Amino acid sequence: MSTVYHDTKIENAKVELDNVGVTYGSKTAVSGVALRIPDRSVTAFIGPSGCGKSTVLRTINRMNDTIDIARVSGSVKIDGEEINSKSVDPVVLRARVGMVFQKPNPFPKSIYDNVAYGPRIHGLASGKAELDAIVETSLKKAGLWNEVADRLDQPGTSLSGGQQQRLVIARAIAVSPEVILMDEPCSALDPIATAKIEELIDELRENYCIIIVTHSMAQAARVSQMTAFFHLGDLVEYGPTEAIFTNPRDQRTQDYITGRFG
Amino acid sequence: MTSADRQSAVQKRLLKRYRDEARFRAFGIAAIVFALAMLALLIGSIGSQAISAFTVNELTLRVELDAERVDPAGDRSPDSLRRGSYNGVLQDALRAEFPTVTEREDLRDLFGLYTPLVAARLLNQVADNPDLVGQTIDFTFPISDHADLYLKGQITGRESEVLAGGFTISRADGRATIISEAGVFAAVRDAVRADLDLRADAIEARAERYETRSEAAGDAARSEQSSQDAEAARQQAAALRALTRDDGGDLELTPQLPSRLVRIAGGFVSVDAISADGRSVSGRILVDGDADTAASAEVLTLSVPQADRRFSDAQIAWTEALQARGNVSEGFNTWLFTNADSREPELAGVLGAMIGTVLTIAVTMALAMPIGVFTAIYLEEFAPKNRLTDLIEVNINNLAAVPSIVFGLLGLAVFINTFGLPRSAPLVGGMVLALMTLPTIIISARAALKAVPPSIREAALGVGASKTQTVFHHVLPLSAPGILTGSIIGMAQAMGETAPLLMIGMVAFIADVPSLSLDGLTEPATVMPVQIFLWSDGAERAFEARTAAAIIVLLGLMITFNALAVFLRRRFETRW
Amino acid sequence: MSVSAITGLALLVLIAAAFYAGRARAVAVSGDKPVRLHSLPNYHGYFLAAWTAIPALAVVVIATIVERQLGMSAWTSAALTAVLSVLAGLAGLSLARRRINTGFRARNHVERLIDVVLLASSVIAILTTVGIVASLLFESLRFFEAIDWRIDRFLFGLHWSPQIAIRADQVGQSGAFGAVPLFAGTAMITLIAMIVAAPVGLFSAIYLSEYAGPTTRRIVKPLLEILAGIPTVVYGFFALLTIGPAIRGAAEWVGDLTGIVALQNAVTQSALSAGLVMGVMIIPFVSSLSDDVINAVPQSLRDGSYAMGATKSETVREVILPAALPGIVGALLLAVSRAVGETMIVVMAAGQGANLTGNPFESVTTITVQIVMLLTGDQEFDSPKTLSAFALGLVLFAFTLVLNVIALRVVQKYREKYD
Ligand SMILES: Nc1ncnc2c1ncn2[C@@H]1O[C@H](COP(=O)(O)OP(=O)(O)O)[C@@H](O)[C@H]1O
Ligand SMILES: [Mg+2]
Repeated sequence: MSTVYHDTKIENAKVELDNVGVTYGSKTAVSGVALRIPDRSVTAFIGPSGCGKSTVLRTINRMNDTIDIARVSGSVKIDGEEINSKSVDPVVLRARVGMVFQKPNPFPKSIYDNVAYGPRIHGLASGKAELDAIVETSLKKAGLWNEVADRLDQPGTSLSGGQQQRLVIARAIAVSPEVILMDEPCSALDPIATAKIEELIDELRENYCIIIVTHSMAQAARVSQMTAFFHLGDLVEYGPTEAIFTNPRDQRTQDYITGRFG
Repeated sequence: MTSADRQSAVQKRLLKRYRDEARFRAFGIAAIVFALAMLALLIGSIGSQAISAFTVNELTLRVELDAERVDPAGDRSPDSLRRGSYNGVLQDALRAEFPTVTEREDLRDLFGLYTPLVAARLLNQVADNPDLVGQTIDFTFPISDHADLYLKGQITGRESEVLAGGFTISRADGRATIISEAGVFAAVRDAVRADLDLRADAIEARAERYETRSEAAGDAARSEQSSQDAEAARQQAAALRALTRDDGGDLELTPQLPSRLVRIAGGFVSVDAISADGRSVSGRILVDGDADTAASAEVLTLSVPQADRRFSDAQIAWTEALQARGNVSEGFNTWLFTNADSREPELAGVLGAMIGTVLTIAVTMALAMPIGVFTAIYLEEFAPKNRLTDLIEVNINNLAAVPSIVFGLLGLAVFINTFGLPRSAPLVGGMVLALMTLPTIIISARAALKAVPPSIREAALGVGASKTQTVFHHVLPLSAPGILTGSIIGMAQAMGETAPLLMIGMVAFIADVPSLSLDGLTEPATVMPVQIFLWSDGAERAFEARTAAAIIVLLGLMITFNALAVFLRRRFETRW
Repeated sequence: MSVSAITGLALLVLIAAAFYAGRARAVAVSGDKPVRLHSLPNYHGYFLAAWTAIPALAVVVIATIVERQLGMSAWTSAALTAVLSVLAGLAGLSLARRRINTGFRARNHVERLIDVVLLASSVIAILTTVGIVASLLFESLRFFEAIDWRIDRFLFGLHWSPQIAIRADQVGQSGAFGAVPLFAGTAMITLIAMIVAAPVGLFSAIYLSEYAGPTTRRIVKPLLEILAGIPTVVYGFFALLTIGPAIRGAAEWVGDLTGIVALQNAVTQSALSAGLVMGVMIIPFVSSLSDDVINAVPQSLRDGSYAMGATKSETVREVILPAALPGIVGALLLAVSRAVGETMIVVMAAGQGANLTGNPFESVTTITVQIVMLLTGDQEFDSPKTLSAFALGLVLFAFTLVLNVIALRVVQKYREKYD
């Protein structure tokens, strides 16, 4: 099935997907997905659950490699470079492409060590001072510094849900990624915490290419500039968020955003 | 940090990280390989030991059941037969095979080729069929454990070399000299000298070790002792070297050297001297030959010196001769499965212990299954949430981890000393094992009950069944396969348990097969694992193989049980 | 057939008869209209059968105990038991039979009885513990009394040779019951076993759960389980037959090369041989417990780590192991308790010398070995030598109990955390 693309100029696509398909064992989860995602903006993936949003998102940092039965086809490029090629190491790739998950998943370590995790394993800091600085900036960028500055040595799990999710975002940006993938980052949070995260996403947009999967159309409308609508493993429609919400061209998109299903 | 900085930093560390990764992975593989290698080594070493116990060499003799000796009263009555001298007729039969053996000591060695206990079998055979008295019959029985081991090549290495060229034999005073005009014994002579050199080398090496030990030792007394040992060893080595020097005299073979037996003209001579020119050897006649000349001779070299084994050259010669005459045959060791324990390895079997295990496990099953299942039903279906049930739960978890030997102590103090139940009895053993396996059964039965979906219970209660009816008519039948599986696994565990049974005296030596009946429950018995323990301690070498064989039998039993459990699970498993 | 077997058969027949009598009686009182009964006829049958069986069996138990106390001959006692128990059964039968009428709630009675039986069964678990504690305590107290309450000498004495302390005048003196060499031997063998089992078990679990493909897992896991199912007496023989001689040979060879006397004097039955084999025995225990624990670590933590660009080993070391640590500690504690209480391997492979030594190539003795030594063979039950086995049993039980309680707590806390 062919995708409806709204007429937009995307000059320098940060992430380009072309004819991407994923199968789990004998089951095809998504197929024929083609997308050009701009840098320094927020792109939302929306659609009913089970339609393959997370699956597509996970092709961008090759997280599907960790699932034995998953097979990815097609091309995914970041800055024009094919990431599915043999010469690209997923370990290196994932330092460029950070990811935040649905449920906050801080490691069983202190707040400090959680944020320092990436810089440490990748060897990004040459000393304690530099590492301290990275941790501080990351927590500041994640808007968490003021709340945790005096208890960095406490376990990450001692924070509230919303704080944990911001800690996880700080952890992701500590390695200075270029792209940040967020898979329903607010679905486990209360409205106040959600608002904070949305605010944070809006700030981060200035420096990163952010792709967010969301269940909530309101959230997509609030935070994203571009929106991709998925349905039953197909990319149905892709374009500026405003256009998608005000002028959907595919019947299914229209049905979904008007709340007729999903 | 720019993305380019980051990228180069990441790249720089990448190689080392992947090396760590490979090392870590290798540790994992090494751990698994180690565990599996140990499993293979265990099964391999025990299995290879066991193989030789599953066959046995049997001796068949023509036994003359002389009426006067086997039936002193002459009335064929069981009483009279029982007083007969059956070992005597066996001895006569063996003597008939080797008429030249007359010395007392030699006869003792000769009769050492079988255990007198087999005479009881001959007696039973005659008592069953008194018509045999006066006849001459072929009687087959297991050859002695040493002869059996010798025939299986486990007493000594054995090399045979046939020499040709014509020999003449002269005999006098029980000794023989064998002369080869061609001087073919030179090869034997050289081999003996090589043996001597090797031994001297070994002793010198030992002397050196003593010397270093003497230097390393901390206190003076130890150092002194070691240097004395070293000196003694040096002298010993020098004496051996002296023997190897060719001084024109005969080369003597002592019992400390590998033996050489010469099979010639149907007889055996054990060589104790070789002439320096290699033209003749002489030695004791072990089995008399039937001619004074021969075209060829066979030299048997037995690598373990006579002094280092408990099976003499003469016994080897007799065994070889009996085998050559067709009196020895190797077959499946049925004795192992039809006899109870015995001090004589060739007669020792596992039947007694097997029956002991059956009796003990029957008691365990009869007690642990109902109690365990009832407890599980109570805790899972009826128990109110209160202190008592909490206590029971904690208790069961802790009991599961109490060392098994403690259950043995409990059995000894309570069942035997307080209740006055008999020692060594399968009844007490079964009770102790029941208490021990109870937690296993309870835990698995609870899991099986838990797996029955609540909808079944609701449906039954909904049509007006009482709680008890619901559980016994609906839930229990549905969880029966799971409960049974868990119980069988528990029984298999109990079957392999040893320590608690030692505490209650099931380690006695029991030569009778216990009766497979209610009465057997209170008579002394032993079980398979304890039998294994007892045999592993056995002084006779032949017990080693039998221990391994008993282990294979026990493992076979346990595998059967576990396979049954797996089968039941596969066959009746319901997925909800 | 013996008298007791006949008695048993007679009682079975009586009980069966009672069942049919109850059923028949119920049908009869209902005037052949069983629907008028409160409970089905079968329940009346069960009711009667139970009231026949209970008095009869109670009499069997009581009579057996009393007769044994009175020292009656076996035949008289069996015959008397037979008569009394059948009489009791008949009495119960006739009394209970009178209660049957149409309104009689036989089912409720039977169900209450079942409840009682179920509860009684569960209480056996408690009774077992009580029995263990009571018997160990009681006999230990007798032992302590015999050594003049010098419990300190028992727990801290350095010299263990109970055989020389058989004569009463030697008891309590000469420190013959100093158990420190046994504790030291137990500790050394346990340590060796854990040095083998902890890394091997843990790494196997890590490899199987994080690295291995499904096929490898399907093959290796059952093989490891076989290792767990092998009876300990088999391990003991394995140590005696294969590992002990191999270690001794290797030690002598190295000893001769290096001149280290401790190695040259290695023996076949050594702490090392027993510890090594015990370690192998415990591997599957550690690996399966660790496997459970590692699998309980939520997938989201793994995903989080991989998404940061961590390698597998970094994820395991930095995220999974710290998360699983309490559970793993619990598993290792349970393994230690296993090792401390293991008997057959040490009895067969560690020798018997009560050496207080740090040299693993020497033979040592352990708590369990001494219990076996003291209680097998001829024994008079009241000698301090025999009683000391119970004191050792008490120490063993108390120690493993504490370990188990701590371990179960730790594991449970851990389970709750990720459930
Ligand atoms: N690990 C997996 N194994 C098998 N099937 C999966 C797996 N993950 C997702 N799927 C399947 O792929 C499809 C798309 O899933 P997903 O991408 O998670 O949907 P969404 O995020 O849009 O809700 C679903 O049908 C789901 O069942
Ligand atoms: Mg999703």
